[in-house]
Amino acid sequence: MIARLLSGDLPRSRSLAVALALIVLGLAAAPFVFPGTRSLNVAAKVAVFILLVASYDLLLGYTGIVSFAHTMFFGIGGYGVAIAAAKLGPTWWNLALGVVAALALALALAFAIGLLSLRVRAIFFAMITLAVASFFQILASQLSAFTGGEDGLNFRLPELLRNRLTAYYAVFLIALALFLVLLRVVNSPFGRVLLAVRENEFRAEALGYRTVIYRTIANCLGALLATAAGVLYAIWLRYTGPDTTLSFAIMIDLLLMVVIGGMGTMYGAAIGATLFVIAQNYLQDLMKLAADATSGVPMLPALLHPDRWLLWLGTLFIVCVYYFPAGIVGRLRAR
Amino acid sequence: MSLRSDWLPLALLAAIAIAALPLMPSAPTWITLTIAGLAMGMMIFIMASGLTLVFGLMDVMNFAHGAFISVGAYAGASVLLTMKSATRASSLASNLAAIVPAVLAAMALAGALGWFFERVVVRPVYGDHLKQILVTTGGLIVCEELIHVVWGPDLIALPRPATLTGSVLFGDAAVERYRMLAVFVGLGVFAAMWLVLNRTKIGLLIRAGVENTEMVEALGYRIRRIFVAVFITGSALAGLGGIMWAMYQESLTAAMGMQVMVVIFIVIIIGGLGSVGGCFVGALLVGLLANYIGYVAPKLALGSNILLMVLILLWRPRGLYPAGK
Repeated sequence: MIARLLSGDLPRSRSLAVALALIVLGLAAAPFVFPGTRSLNVAAKVAVFILLVASYDLLLGYTGIVSFAHTMFFGIGGYGVAIAAAKLGPTWWNLALGVVAALALALALAFAIGLLSLRVRAIFFAMITLAVASFFQILASQLSAFTGGEDGLNFRLPELLRNRLTAYYAVFLIALALFLVLLRVVNSPFGRVLLAVRENEFRAEALGYRTVIYRTIANCLGALLATAAGVLYAIWLRYTGPDTTLSFAIMIDLLLMVVIGGMGTMYGAAIGATLFVIAQNYLQDLMKLAADATSGVPMLPALLHPDRWLLWLGTLFIVCVYYFPAGIVGRLRAR
Repeated sequence: MSLRSDWLPLALLAAIAIAALPLMPSAPTWITLTIAGLAMGMMIFIMASGLTLVFGLMDVMNFAHGAFISVGAYAGASVLLTMKSATRASSLASNLAAIVPAVLAAMALAGALGWFFERVVVRPVYGDHLKQILVTTGGLIVCEELIHVVWGPDLIALPRPATLTGSVLFGDAAVERYRMLAVFVGLGVFAAMWLVLNRTKIGLLIRAGVENTEMVEALGYRIRRIFVAVFITGSALAGLGGIMWAMYQESLTAAMGMQVMVVIFIVIIIGGLGSVGGCFVGALLVGLLANYIGYVAPKLALGSNILLMVLILLWRPRGLYPAGK
């Protein structure tokens, strides 16, 4: 039963299995075990980011393409819901309209970007996605009549989702379901071809697979799932703005989560996202303590300042790429 | 293909400038905007040239290039801000006494950082594009954070030296002094680069290396050493561009390098990855178009770069002047 649910892709490591079980149980019981607004916010963010990071891993880890436009799709999802709910009114129909429009736009954009640049090489794709994503970011802040500009959009949801508990479980269950779908995709014959494209494109092509088509499909699929994650996040926050969805900082966070958790395994995305979001919310308190404790020493307080936490994670990121390309999950499985 | 044998992109540049003329309310406006566009283009070219050469030579795309720009800007700005009395004086000589060390500091620090980067970060991942992108992005994060640690997280205001403020009138056209300087410096860098690439043995080896790395190595030259030199020079130029860009905007933040990087990527894609001539024409195209469209239809200005890139790629899928490989 569990093996079927996980598409036969078992954790293959006792400690990894325990960690994953803890994450799922922790998220499922979060409203009761960790009461309080802050911890529930963290739990919802973990759930959404696991899905977002997993969809990014489909591109980076499984297909071997680096996209800097993933937060753009995340943002399209968020803005789709926000604009529909804020401008048209908080009904289910409008919500559905916003979601469908966002998915359609994301699909069209992902397809167009893929068409323009996936034929060539990884670097070209990375550069083009960076340019397009930054353009989109400017666009969102300029079209303030639509998007609320830098302030973003606050909006109301249909009656049922106004209850925090219902909203939390809706977000959690949908994220979990979509994560299992992703697991299904990467363990299907299609997923195997993606791995083949990543490992040896020339050979995959020689075996008769049109690599461009497989890459484009993976790119579109990743974009759609990122859009879905954006929808969920907007529903949870009841707000969408540039800083919560589109900013380059989130793109960097995503990269860190995928690489530290482990590229090329969906479980790595889950571990990476969980650790990162928790660290983001609680490590900074720890760093503040450390910075205060070392306040007499030159330089150290500046290095340990809570705002400098990316310095340490960035260093960890580089070390991971060099020495542990399979990330935490790879280490756990190797034991 | 070189600039000489393929003049179509140059004609496009001229055509855009001429086509913009009737859209302007008056000729002086056109002159002002054209100079502004050229100045912007030149600064972008200075920052982008190193990146495109490094890519052409060694197939390395360095996403941390933006950090070199920021670091150069901060280094130069520190010098300028400590020599306030010299920058405030209205004599050119005392201004230069502050600007020259500032520029040297910017280039030296960015160059040193480039050298360190090549040795420590980039060298282990030659030939692996995916890891290159990841590792250099990680380097970018760390560098930006280190700038915050050293210079503080806030935006720093950087007033231009006294003689570089204000404009000069040509008839009715007001042209900012600083922009004219930027055009001259940009032309100087381009000319120097062109001379080195086309008139010296090192330049010959670099061009041959872009064309076919293995063959140059087989002939007994150590392309690695040349490459390290190019990498350091490119980083130093990023530093120069950084301090120029900071003076142009009269302020600097750690994220400025990354913001400019987006335009730089567009420019080197337009120019053709690895091509210095293409990078030059691409930078001027982007600079001119940004200024014309920014004046005629400000709402469209945001998309003009992307639109230009898409159109150019539809016309020439590998960029204006595709480099060898």
